[in-house]
Amino acid sequence: MPKEPVAVVGIGQTKHVAARRDVSIAGLVREAAARALDDAELTWADIDAVVIGKAPDFFEGLMMPELYLADALGAVGKPMLRVHTAGSVGGSTALVASNLVASRVHGTVLTLAFEKQSESNAMWGLSLPIPFQQPLLAGAGGFFAPHVRAYMRRTGAPDTVGSLVAYKDRRNALKNPYAHLHEHGITLEKVQASPMLWDPIRYSETCPSSDGACAMILTDRAGAARAPRPPAWMHGGAMRSEPTMFAGKDFVSPQAGKDCAADVYRQAGIADPRREIDAVEMYVPFSWYEPMWLENLGFAAEGEGWKLTESGVTELDGDLPVNPSGGVLSTNPIGASGMIRFAEAALQVRGLAGEHQVERARRALGHAYGGGAQFFAMWLVGAEPPAT
Amino acid sequence: MPDARDVAVVAFAQSDHLRRSDEFSEVEMVMPVLHEVLRRTGLGTGDIGFTCSGSSDYLAGRAFSFTMTLDGVGAWPPISESHVEMDGAWALYEAWVKLLTGEADTALVYAYGKSSPGQVRDVLTRQLDPYYLAPLWPDSVALAALQAQALIDAGIADEPALAGIAARSRSSAADNPHAQLKGSIPSGQYVVQPLRTGDCPPVGDGAAAVILAAGDRARELCDRPAWIRGIDHSIEAHSLGVRDLTDSPSTRLAAERAGAFERPVDTAELHAPFSSQEVVLRRALNLDDRVRVNPSGGALAANPVMAAGLIRLGEAAARIHRGESDRALAHATSGPCLQQNLVAVLEGEAYDA
Repeated sequence: MPKEPVAVVGIGQTKHVAARRDVSIAGLVREAAARALDDAELTWADIDAVVIGKAPDFFEGLMMPELYLADALGAVGKPMLRVHTAGSVGGSTALVASNLVASRVHGTVLTLAFEKQSESNAMWGLSLPIPFQQPLLAGAGGFFAPHVRAYMRRTGAPDTVGSLVAYKDRRNALKNPYAHLHEHGITLEKVQASPMLWDPIRYSETCPSSDGACAMILTDRAGAARAPRPPAWMHGGAMRSEPTMFAGKDFVSPQAGKDCAADVYRQAGIADPRREIDAVEMYVPFSWYEPMWLENLGFAAEGEGWKLTESGVTELDGDLPVNPSGGVLSTNPIGASGMIRFAEAALQVRGLAGEHQVERARRALGHAYGGGAQFFAMWLVGAEPPAT
Repeated sequence: MPDARDVAVVAFAQSDHLRRSDEFSEVEMVMPVLHEVLRRTGLGTGDIGFTCSGSSDYLAGRAFSFTMTLDGVGAWPPISESHVEMDGAWALYEAWVKLLTGEADTALVYAYGKSSPGQVRDVLTRQLDPYYLAPLWPDSVALAALQAQALIDAGIADEPALAGIAARSRSSAADNPHAQLKGSIPSGQYVVQPLRTGDCPPVGDGAAAVILAAGDRARELCDRPAWIRGIDHSIEAHSLGVRDLTDSPSTRLAAERAGAFERPVDTAELHAPFSSQEVVLRRALNLDDRVRVNPSGGALAANPVMAAGLIRLGEAAARIHRGESDRALAHATSGPCLQQNLVAVLEGEAYDA
């Protein structure tokens, strides 16, 4: 028996900021969930199950927060799952929720991801010393900078490409009312003049630390038929993982990312992603990951990703807009960042992305990765229901 | 669910549960269990359609701790994989759902936890409401004692009855080579009144793994698969003040949805870390004396946090594999005083079928 088609009928985000001191963690997640319910014109009683995700518990200093958050998310008396797959968790959480609908275990599911980084210190959370194990060096930037440098050396990309991405994403964020960073006076020169943090990554090419939550309502065909606004239909979704580090690992273009994308394209019947996909919400925490992932996801041949970026193809009005929302570079509540990518892809094909809407977006890709570039989660959503 | 696929537990393995395991890392603790469960089916990592694990960073004392154990799985070439920051019983649930979608025919589920590096009573206080409750550091034994006292005050149990549960569990565990506490153990002094040492679980380190398979694949991999006839879970309010601690409505609801009340079960593996919690669960599940409860010794014999619930599913399935049970109930819990509960019903096919 074929799987049940899965539709996104409600999306809610908080306005992402450095510190939401006016709400508790429970208040923050409830705000996003309530907005998703409003979008779907549903009530808490319409929800059959809740799937929640976030990055490590140490980021807020709260162990297994789903227990404390059950009340705030209307989960009392319902099944509640908590997913944790490092930085890819927001995407993985949505995929776990989508499987509940696809398998017909549940009809309508609330899925939500959050991070309230101001409750603690993410750098500390990533830097607990463990004997005989590699810590992330000086935060995530220290871990990823050598891989960026390897990409530049391998492809011959000029060192200006990273700043182009940051300049684009920060301008896109100005059109997104929920984005954390709204840098009104941003110029390319300002990005290029910002301090070097982890060579070759400059301050303005890194993501901020945000408080925020993102929620989605996923439902079956019957639920989609009742939805007041156009749904986004899931055409494919996959997760892939590979080990943290080993001699054969390609940190520049991990095999797990390639395999994950290939699986999603196979499910969605996509032969040429560059031509058949209209918008991409890609997990780019450091600007250079845009050209790197363009290659990893099959939008450009190996060594050619930076040319797409440099030629303006990935601009909001380009041929393949990447991160019209402003992306992780402008908004990074870590545990929620992957789900925001998935949700923003869905907003694009629903035609509800507002000022950062890509014209005639019919198919969009949401992408997330995590750990030492080892966990990948992606989905492809479309304006039309999948062919069955 | 009409036309749903049949999914079964086809193999189970667990570590010996130890008070301390300073000489092993989590990876070293998990790897033999993974090898054992794969060996039982003859499958290799590359043959598994989906992998899902359960563990907690707070026990490991570092963020992203599960990335290290993934290395032990041998995730190369890359695998389809996920993780819940919950007891492995919920990882099994996620894997069961994945198999129902038809995207995979087999799944590897594993869970592990080392409680020995810290004080697990203190660590578990970090699960509580961070603004109003956690700052008071009410520990897990104290909260369980509130529940036990509520049972006694309601006339549902008394201290000798609780001691009897503890004694029965540990004598059952005498046949369990992996158990941490077994045999005749004195009920001891009060830890937090009315709970004595004997009413409380041992603190220990351990790991477990199961393999799930769908339909004919299950029959190929196991002589007598433990078919999952139903599985469901439910959560209750967090605050103890708004809950009736003598009851477990989430367990009853999950059992109902899992089909546990449709026909009697012969065996129940209950995740009741405290003797008093077995009383609550028996009542919620309508288990009478005809049901063999916790023949493995249960969580009073070994309670590796994050794996103990998955072990209940594995023990119930293993009894079906061995022909010692035809229809078994397995239960897992999470959170203070049985806040969240999962129930599965497992069945073996009749031998003459």
